[in-house]
Amino acid sequence: MKKYVLKRILISLVTLLVILLVLFLLLQFMPGSPFNDEKLTEAQIALLNAKYGLDKPVIIQFFNYVTSMLQGDLGVSYNISKNTPIVQLLQTRLPTSVRIGGQAVVLGAIIGLVLGVVAALKHNSVIDTLCTVVSVLGASVPSYVFALFLAYTCGFQLGWFPQLFQVNHPYISSVLPSVALSMFTIASIARFTRSEMLEVLDSDYLLLAASKGLSERALIMRHTLRNALIPIITVLAPLIVSLMTGSLVVEKIFAIPGIGSLMVQAIQSNDHSVTIALAFVYSAMYVFIMLIVDILYGIIDPRIRLAKEDSHE
Amino acid sequence: MEEREKILDVRDLSISFTTTGGELNAIRGVNLSVYRGETVAIVGESGSGKSVTVKAAMGIMDKNARVNSGEIIFNYYEGEGENRVQRSVDLLKMSKKDIRSTINGRRIAMVFQDPMTSLDPTMNIGDQIMEGMIWHYKTPKQEAYQKALRLLELVGITDAEKRMKNYPHQLSGGMRQRVVIAIALACDPDLLICDEPTTALDVTIQAKILELIKAIQAKMGISVIYITHDLGVVAKVADFVNVMYAGKIVESGTIDEIFYDPRHPYTWGLLSAMPDLDTDDDRLYAIPGSPPNLMHKVPGDAFAPRNIFALKIDYRKEPPMFQISDTHYAATWLLDERAPKVEMPPELRARIARMKKEGEKKNG
Repeated sequence: MKKYVLKRILISLVTLLVILLVLFLLLQFMPGSPFNDEKLTEAQIALLNAKYGLDKPVIIQFFNYVTSMLQGDLGVSYNISKNTPIVQLLQTRLPTSVRIGGQAVVLGAIIGLVLGVVAALKHNSVIDTLCTVVSVLGASVPSYVFALFLAYTCGFQLGWFPQLFQVNHPYISSVLPSVALSMFTIASIARFTRSEMLEVLDSDYLLLAASKGLSERALIMRHTLRNALIPIITVLAPLIVSLMTGSLVVEKIFAIPGIGSLMVQAIQSNDHSVTIALAFVYSAMYVFIMLIVDILYGIIDPRIRLAKEDSHE
Repeated sequence: MEEREKILDVRDLSISFTTTGGELNAIRGVNLSVYRGETVAIVGESGSGKSVTVKAAMGIMDKNARVNSGEIIFNYYEGEGENRVQRSVDLLKMSKKDIRSTINGRRIAMVFQDPMTSLDPTMNIGDQIMEGMIWHYKTPKQEAYQKALRLLELVGITDAEKRMKNYPHQLSGGMRQRVVIAIALACDPDLLICDEPTTALDVTIQAKILELIKAIQAKMGISVIYITHDLGVVAKVADFVNVMYAGKIVESGTIDEIFYDPRHPYTWGLLSAMPDLDTDDDRLYAIPGSPPNLMHKVPGDAFAPRNIFALKIDYRKEPPMFQISDTHYAATWLLDERAPKVEMPPELRARIARMKKEGEKKNG
């Protein structure tokens, strides 16, 4: 297992490096430049390029970027907020996005799991139908509709939560966006859990466990959940990433200073260094969560754990 | 046969399933007895209701099943030494919860058809064997571990200590079925139900598993119910045979009576359909037609439409069980005294004569 984890980490690092290189090249091929003010003369632009090292060959730029990144320096913003270190930009914005996304994931996963399990256990009952309706709604209605609805009802009419994000009350302000974002997770997890549970409940090994004389409760706790959870982890992983990295529209509706809105701003104003840094942060989170999922898989599913051990011995 | 003690007694059992297409009468009045220490086989083709009958006894029927009538009486002893008392319960009247806590695993255990899917893939072998004991008897972990080890050795798994930590996917099909048997034996049941235990295994392993179950039965003195469609299996293991057709037992008797003196045309058909090496015929016999649709009421004898010997009355009135000997019964109008004398097909007669000779050679 240890060897496997180490290998996976190494692969992840290489993946990240490749991603960075691709990002660099892509931005190089894009039309436009960060310095597109009409008042700037050719000479001034050349000066600026020289200042930020943009006149050097791409490979050198890439090498310099990686070197400074390893020292915790992601460069400075060219446009959005001139000469502010990007690390500093991220420090203020990333935690907000991650927190709201994280809350949405936890909320969505827990409610989704409970709904799915209950629906499967009460298969073909009213509760089951209700769960199906909830999951269809959650999956088909976009999160910004929920966001607007929540902002209007709980924010404006009832006044329980602020309608817009208030930086000095980050916790209470994060409730509505988190709920709005969690809807899709609730829906997908509930739907998936339900079908997985039904499959396991119908399996031969559950029948055998029942024939041992275990109680209904023990059957579910010991045999059903664990087996049903394995595939659920797979769908949860990409959901986590997409939530953590912030939802653009929901951030916009609640005026959240997150990284979703920063990304759009950066792309629109050709602020290459910010774009690269953000895209890289997204990728890094994705790769990191996939790594965690792979390790989790090994813990939950002995088939994977042992196969890995065998192949590494 | 001195003092046979009835352990399981199924009386007039009738079960139907509610399906989208209507009511399906899967079991239509089954009578069946199992005696202590004996092996009973239930033979029949797919859909004849073999599995449903035993699942009813285990309380693990599908949710859409409904018991219309009948009882399943189960006799067992409770307590040790002087406090040992005999108890008799109707399994159909017990709540699911009670069956689970007092009968399943402890008194009646089951071996399932497909060992590839009947073990939990995420739990190791040892834990799966120990689970039942710990659950029912609160056996201390250490003791349970020792017993699980003994069981694995009993079912012929070498390297038991190492296997305890293995997961199902690391074992072959034959080994998994041995583990399933070990799980079934974990709580010392009185009755072992084997639902087509060798169907999913390849032929070389089949014989070994049958031998194993036989050896265990002799050693532990438990009763065994075999469910199978394979008469070859029946011949190897059973003391008594019940032939089932369309939710009814059509013939029952000792193994010799069924194999050497079959009376029901369906049993004739089954025996004729057995592959045989010593025959001049180069085509394997198959019973013509297919079983009736149990969604509809079946008038008369359900087998009549496929039966070349069917009488007129077979289409109108259901035959009762005619007694042939103390142990041999068959439900066919051919046994009525008014019926014309019908003999089994000559090919089958020749084959039975051959089987008899072989049997005598083996025994003598």
